[in-house]
Amino acid sequence: MFDSLTEKLEATFKTLRGHGSLTDENIKEALKDIRRALLDADVNYKVARDFIAEVETEAIGAETIRSVDPGQLIVKIVHQKLISLLGSQTSDVYISEHPPSVIMICGLQGSGKTTLSSKLALRYKKKGKKVLLVAADPYRPAAIKQLQTLGKQIDVDVFEMGQANPVEICQKALSQASKQFVDLVILDTAGRLHIDDELMDELAEIKKSVKPQELLLVADAMTGQDAVNVAGTFHEKLEITGVCLSKMDGDARGGAALSIKRVTGCPIKLVGVGEKMTDLEAFHPERVASRILGMGDIVSLVEKAQDTIDVKEAAKLEKKLRKSQFTLDDFYQQIQQLKKMGPLESLMDMIPGAGKLMKGATIDPKSMVRVEAMILSMTPGERDKPQIINGSRRKRIAKGSGTTVQDINKMLKQFGQMKKMLKSFTKGGLRGLPKGISPF
Amino acid sequence: MLRITPRRLVDQVKFFSKFKKGLTKTKETLVGNIKKAVGLAAKVDDDLLDKIEQILIESDVGVSASLKIIENLKKKVASDNIKDPEEVTTALKAEIMAIVRSDRNPATLSSDGLTVWVVMGVNGTGKTTSVGKLAKFFSDQKKETMIAACDTFRAAAVDQLEVWAERSGVQFIRAKDGTDPAAVAFDAATSAKARGVDILIIDTAGRLHTKTHLMAELAKINKVVAKVVPEKNIKSKLILDGTTGQNGLSQVKFFSEAVGGIDGLIVTKLDGTAKGGVVIAIAEEMSVPIDFIGLGEQIDDLKPFDPESYVAALFE
Ligand SMILES: Nc1nc2c(ncn2[C@@H]2O[C@H](COP(=O)(O)OP(=O)(O)OP(=O)(O)O)[C@@H](O)[C@H]2O)c(=O)[nH]1
Ligand SMILES: Nc1nc2c(ncn2[C@@H]2O[C@H](COP(=O)(O)OP(=O)(O)O)[C@@H](O)[C@H]2O)c(=O)[nH]1
Ligand SMILES: [Mg+2]
Ligand SMILES: [Mg+2]
Repeated sequence: MFDSLTEKLEATFKTLRGHGSLTDENIKEALKDIRRALLDADVNYKVARDFIAEVETEAIGAETIRSVDPGQLIVKIVHQKLISLLGSQTSDVYISEHPPSVIMICGLQGSGKTTLSSKLALRYKKKGKKVLLVAADPYRPAAIKQLQTLGKQIDVDVFEMGQANPVEICQKALSQASKQFVDLVILDTAGRLHIDDELMDELAEIKKSVKPQELLLVADAMTGQDAVNVAGTFHEKLEITGVCLSKMDGDARGGAALSIKRVTGCPIKLVGVGEKMTDLEAFHPERVASRILGMGDIVSLVEKAQDTIDVKEAAKLEKKLRKSQFTLDDFYQQIQQLKKMGPLESLMDMIPGAGKLMKGATIDPKSMVRVEAMILSMTPGERDKPQIINGSRRKRIAKGSGTTVQDINKMLKQFGQMKKMLKSFTKGGLRGLPKGISPF
Repeated sequence: MLRITPRRLVDQVKFFSKFKKGLTKTKETLVGNIKKAVGLAAKVDDDLLDKIEQILIESDVGVSASLKIIENLKKKVASDNIKDPEEVTTALKAEIMAIVRSDRNPATLSSDGLTVWVVMGVNGTGKTTSVGKLAKFFSDQKKETMIAACDTFRAAAVDQLEVWAERSGVQFIRAKDGTDPAAVAFDAATSAKARGVDILIIDTAGRLHTKTHLMAELAKINKVVAKVVPEKNIKSKLILDGTTGQNGLSQVKFFSEAVGGIDGLIVTKLDGTAKGGVVIAIAEEMSVPIDFIGLGEQIDDLKPFDPESYVAALFE
């Protein structure tokens, strides 16, 4: 959906004089593109503005390095700065030596608190800890039942006192935990707005009475500009110790991560990547930095591909590609594999530069179905050697697949282009990627 | 435009003050204040336009839609020879109103039998709560209302909706956890039709729009309902979290593709400090109308979208 930032920058630098080195003028132009990328990714307006101002100073200082392409240099500076702002070292959840350790979970309505609480419980249960989940949301309908159901799924005890006062619930849970030699207590609190003073005071009171080692704010990765107000207020009132981002399995660019880190200064500790109890990951600043810049998340793509694509099949395919034996049959197999991985556009977002390469190519699901139909209407011989597909064969295939000869022509042309592109991809692994997108 | 009835007027005043209440609390922290911008501006110049751009972006309108709005505003300033910064605000409001205004009444039901609303959206946006509120809304209007729990995936989602059925006193179709949501939807539509129900509202599981298999499941729900109810009476309503940023555009696009068009949006959680400005971008780029807004967790915290008060609150 978004063209990669590097592509935009390449274009910017081409139109500017002084191409080849960083000048005050082209830095300004490039920074406009970067600002745009940040805002498109939902980085807060003011956070983006400050960030750009800082990058400008640094980029001007870097002027002397003349050997590198200026677009790449700027992106490199921005990317590295983003990583360092997001938190260069990973910081895990702190568990006290003296049990029970308490983790308190808070956040807006629907941000993913209950799910995260349970995921955390499973994570520490697997590490051999005795965990107690506490249902401290007496307000939302069936919130307790939700936690109980999840507790049963992962075989972790859930403490509940029905519609009682949350402060009392948490206190009682803690005293039970001490008696039963529980290692870790996780408090799942109700969702609330940061401007709801009464409910914010309730959290402050829970905090005061149970003294959690960790107070984690759960924020939705799709959050927009308001992330600064939400996180800022939660931090101001409660002094949170860390942040978790939920729903990172979608196509959100996740600029809120930068905004939240900037206003709270608290480390981002964990990332939710799905609805399953095992869908919990450590926070990787470099991946999120690439995502924010719209440069794609090549690591996630590779991991996703590893999950869904048969490794042997892939190796076979790669060999064929190297030998230029990629046939329409292989193309068909590839479509099937791609379909397993999710919508193509979201995949394309993960591949740097793919936006440009695939422009005009068929990536909408409907035309993919048509391509499948065309290939299925071909004889094995035709699929193997598309060059034998002459005019009358084209007519036959079009008729068989309910398409037109023009469609067939277009598809074959694209197939040829794709073959070329894939070949260049495989030439030198990642280093074979088109210029301007080499991983730093 | 919606017809203004005395009741609606009272509602609007209430809703407006609720809007303001939420916003005034954090007013100090929000620099985006058009009055301040205009007050400081002595003349209509680039500085003023930059400030307006900032306010729009900070409301989640997004760069692309904001630039379009400002382009049009500039043209208007030039053609009408606007010199007074106050007048710029008026022109700006008119500009945004023109984008988000829709002429239909969001509460209209089909005149020839059962209407079905399929309520969908990404995880945690407020679907189940909105279904509960809508049930109350329609039963208040003396419509025979039924709600069906087709979120058989998330833990205790069915129980959650059941509480709302009790609160609103409407008919309820309950599914067992883990059953096929499309089968439940089919049963619900069949029984709603048999019982002469006016509106059936189907609550579905939250799903990220990038997950093909889950989107296909949603398409299937619509398909089986269409076996019982004419397609034109089935409306896909997308629930959008008001705190969502630019991803809202992607959500509308993908959901729309999956079910063959989104009929209308319900924007939730506007009782916070988020302005939900992405709906402006959505209305501008994809012309999807906004039907209702959610202003809290109580059963009456749902109002038909009123462009005038929305735009006013945006710039209060
Ligand atoms: N795809 C995806 N869905 C998630 C993730 N985390 C949570 N969800 C879903 O988001 C929805 C809300 O999650 P909950 O855990 O109930 O959120 P909550 O913050 O406890 O909500 P309230 O208690 O109602 O305020 C559910 O449908 C979850 O399944 C995630 O990382 N990815
Ligand atoms: N403040 C506020 N909270 C809301 C609103 N609508 C829903 N919620 C809350 O948001 C959370 C998620 O809502 P739910 O209906 O379960 O979302 P679903 O997962 O999309 O069905 C719940 O805690 C609701 O109480 C609203 O308009 N304002
Ligand atoms: Mg919860
Ligand atoms: Mg729900």
